[in-house]
Amino acid sequence: MKSKQEWLEQVYNRGKERPVRFSTLSDLEIEPLYTPEDVKGDYAATLGYPGEFPYTRGVYESMYRGRLWTMRQFAGFGLAEDTNRRFRFLLSQGQDGLSTAFDMPTLMGYDADHERAIGEVGREGVSVTSIHDMARLFDQIPIGKVSTSMTVNCSASVLLAMYLVQAERQGVPWEQVSGTIQNDMLKEYIAQKEWICPPAPAVRIVTDMIEFCTKKAPRFHPVSISGYHIREAGATAVQELAFTIADGLCYVQNAVERGLDVDEFAPRLSFFWDIHSDFLEEIAKLRAGRRMWARLMKERFGAKNPRSMMLRTHAQTAGVSLTAQQPMNNVVRVAIQALAGVLGGVQSMHTNSMDETLALPTEQAVMVALRTQQIIAEETGVINTIDPLGGSYAIEALTDRMEADAMEYIRKIDEMGGMLRAIDVGYPQREIAEAAFLYQRQLEQGIKTVVGVNKYSIPEEIPIEVLKIDKELEERQIQRVRKMKRERNSAAVREALRRVAEACRNGENLMEPICDAVRNDATVGEISDIYRAEFGVYKDPGWI
Amino acid sequence: MAEKRLRILVAKPGLDGHDRGAKIIARALRDGGFEVIYTGLHQTPEMIAEAAVQEDVDAVGLSILSGAHMTLFPEVIRLLTEKGAGDVAVFGGGIIPEEDAGKLKEMGVKAVFTPGASTEDIVKWVRENVRPRE
Repeated sequence: MKSKQEWLEQVYNRGKERPVRFSTLSDLEIEPLYTPEDVKGDYAATLGYPGEFPYTRGVYESMYRGRLWTMRQFAGFGLAEDTNRRFRFLLSQGQDGLSTAFDMPTLMGYDADHERAIGEVGREGVSVTSIHDMARLFDQIPIGKVSTSMTVNCSASVLLAMYLVQAERQGVPWEQVSGTIQNDMLKEYIAQKEWICPPAPAVRIVTDMIEFCTKKAPRFHPVSISGYHIREAGATAVQELAFTIADGLCYVQNAVERGLDVDEFAPRLSFFWDIHSDFLEEIAKLRAGRRMWARLMKERFGAKNPRSMMLRTHAQTAGVSLTAQQPMNNVVRVAIQALAGVLGGVQSMHTNSMDETLALPTEQAVMVALRTQQIIAEETGVINTIDPLGGSYAIEALTDRMEADAMEYIRKIDEMGGMLRAIDVGYPQREIAEAAFLYQRQLEQGIKTVVGVNKYSIPEEIPIEVLKIDKELEERQIQRVRKMKRERNSAAVREALRRVAEACRNGENLMEPICDAVRNDATVGEISDIYRAEFGVYKDPGWI
Repeated sequence: MAEKRLRILVAKPGLDGHDRGAKIIARALRDGGFEVIYTGLHQTPEMIAEAAVQEDVDAVGLSILSGAHMTLFPEVIRLLTEKGAGDVAVFGGGIIPEEDAGKLKEMGVKAVFTPGASTEDIVKWVRENVRPRE
């Protein structure tokens, strides 16, 4: 039999190749054919069985034959009562997990009555300023029975404290509280840009939360290490893989240095990937990520508990891939991305709605997005076999390549002294800006195509709807917050905040003092102000 | 005498962190031969006007994706005028409906670019329309 090289020279080159660049969305050049020559690794060492090291083929032994992935759609808007009604509706429809979106002031550590909150209260998520809002949000919802995901980062410590105090007020012991808080600060400096203080104290707070949850709320996932925002900011798939895993390594390193046993906390770390449009690249990315994490946890940190080595992940289809032009096409994009997520073995998924680039999604669009997952689960048959694309020469070659390229980035970051140092010098930020710029150029030059945008476009009216701010809603929340601040015991608040400030300085775990502060009606803005005063405010270096 | 290089401030107001577009434009303008200063995120109109004066720029480009363009653009123009820099050309882009773009131009915004505008269009517009301040 010919070698692949001989086939390329003698046979393939006789044919015609269109004069285009055959590369992935992230611009990895792809060969015309992959054969056993391209798949070098030993099967047992690189692939193995699902549920076994290095988990390339899946973290669980039975995967979707045992349990389908969780279809977890993200929601939140207006005042706490509004989101509470939506939550109770979702629960009555059989959903068993909630996923909370907070508004920008809450996410950035400002109270609803702060000057910088004007026009933003309850706009892109629910407004939570104090424990009273958290109580309204979970009114008549049994915290001991639902798992709640909270997408919040720089003010996560306060929101987690409010959630736990609310559990306590419902009579639910902390050991029974389950859920996930995003709380991945490193990716904030790299990509999403929601921060209060500089990276080092931010990681200290994250480490406090990992330590606290491990000891006090062991069913809670204290960090969801997120590639999603890194990719949406313009990173390539390899950069998403590399920077996310490097972020994870930084959290593990810090927790170990704190004196925690890796096998005690690592099983509660989870991940969050973006699923973009390049089908094979995304499947390879998910597989490579599992193998990298398993190897790094075992080799670098000496993890022994298999659960410490398993990369369990949530995924969301790529918001950035949706187009305002010919928006119905987005249904197709989301379906293909979601299929890649499933073939890549994710544990839970959010599918975007077709109209999200234009405004908050309509109910009909949300329904289609959820149905897309159900069709994949129940009609396509892809769930029958675990890792059905495993063994494909193309998939395995791409998986190996992404792992190798991502490990090269991790080696560079290690050389710089780890992710905190890399962020200080703007390394991941610049790499992403460079990739985003290159992709934009490729779009403008027609090297890359977005259907309906730079090819196959049609004359059409694009109905850009700007979400109208409900002034009345904002005013109601502001008045409510002001009234609460007038009526609470201000001496108790001052004392509780002083204790938080003291913990910031003396290094004791911040979570107990923060729980006390929220019990005494201290607000997200007031506790964030303590961070601002004690740790300083991070300013965007504006790398370009 | 060599022509003075135009100085452009690319600014990102608001609480949101959507800076992908602002950075791409800053980079494209720099590659286009202009001197570019990027403010970084989370700027208030006051901070932007102050930076424009401090940096002695000829134009300010605002990137606004939050929907607050109808308040932010006029506020930046008002503050520039107040600081004696009313002749700085203000332009911008983001998710801005056509009818708002028309109103913004009446308020003194020199150009509004919406999704789909290419970096080349923007560089070309700056080259043809922005003049060094006296």
